[in-house]
Amino acid sequence: MKCTVCRGPAVIDLRRHNANFCADHLIRFCRDQVARAIADHAMVVPGDRVLVAVSGGKDSLALWDILIELGYQADGLTLGLGIGDYSDASTATAVAFARDRQLELRQVDLREDYDYDVPTAAAVTRRVPCSACGLSKRHLFDQAALEGGYDVVATGHNLDDEAAVLLGNVLHWQTEYLGRQAPVLPASPGFPRKVKPLVRLGERETAAYCVLRGIDYVVEECPMAAGNRHLRYKEALNALEAVSPGTKHAFYFGFLARAAERFEPETEEGKGALGPCDRCGAPTPVNRTVEGGDGGAASATHLCAFCRLLERVSGHEPIPVDLVRKGRVP
Amino acid sequence: MKVVLRNPRRELEVPGPLSVVKLLGRLDLHRESVLVIRGDTLVPGDAMLADDDEIEIRPVISGGGVGA
Repeated sequence: MKCTVCRGPAVIDLRRHNANFCADHLIRFCRDQVARAIADHAMVVPGDRVLVAVSGGKDSLALWDILIELGYQADGLTLGLGIGDYSDASTATAVAFARDRQLELRQVDLREDYDYDVPTAAAVTRRVPCSACGLSKRHLFDQAALEGGYDVVATGHNLDDEAAVLLGNVLHWQTEYLGRQAPVLPASPGFPRKVKPLVRLGERETAAYCVLRGIDYVVEECPMAAGNRHLRYKEALNALEAVSPGTKHAFYFGFLARAAERFEPETEEGKGALGPCDRCGAPTPVNRTVEGGDGGAASATHLCAFCRLLERVSGHEPIPVDLVRKGRVP
Repeated sequence: MKVVLRNPRRELEVPGPLSVVKLLGRLDLHRESVLVIRGDTLVPGDAMLADDDEIEIRPVISGGGVGA
């Protein structure tokens, strides 16, 4: 098998592009796809300070590496989620990546900084772990970006992620979500711009990029994500991709080009008015209040979802990962 | 050859020589869902693997869908 570009020995074939690449041209291909996504969707403009959401997995480390190689000013933020050995390894990997490249990595640890962790939050609130995790990540990345003066938060969502989310939203006709499933979410008061520069790359491509760049990433899967619905959607799409290469790309980019804007009115309707959270100041729907104080008819407080989560779980005795796996609660 | 699989990590002995495509077929693995690694580089589908090779087959599907 020969590289489509230089005719040297190829190391990977990408059927959806009907192309084979050597190591150098696979790396160049990945950078070009990210540069094109950034340009096509006006994700980052010159002078922007970028905060990369770094998990220690292949996508976030590939993204950070590519942004730096493309010349962007990009720092990282990693969250200690408290998911046992998995989180310890993820944090250590992110720290080593930043140290070896002399990059700035910010760190927040849920247990140290907020006195809870994801397994405990999932168990106490009876949310599925990915829901408690996602809520924490969204809030803390927004907060860190605003406090740190960053213009944009970049996440490692790739084509497989976005196609799987789209499939889930279509299967359940989540029309409000369909209207905001875009590679860029513009900044609004209290929220930084959020971008997904890997949307043109599949996860096999980001994994290959890491191997060929010598990037050490966490291969192990999050023990709490195993068997979740998102992974099942990915498997279904991969089965279609196997018989019809390019299906995922056509599904996602066809949606963006020909359908996404039709759902925007419903997303706008669902937004409602926002006011600052009484505790942290984050924008929060104003029609949501929580009875505060000692259970009497004291003043109602207006709290964001993250502060409501903290009210329930902060200080709770830690609940081990193996009691909370796959959304099960003790 | 020694074949290392991940998630969970385990090792197999598979007689070579054998092409990558045939090895993956024998293990009932889909080519689009894994990378085949020998040393510090990738091995394409049509490559032959020798009996004394050490190979890692690494899955690429990941994620909870809301993460980084």
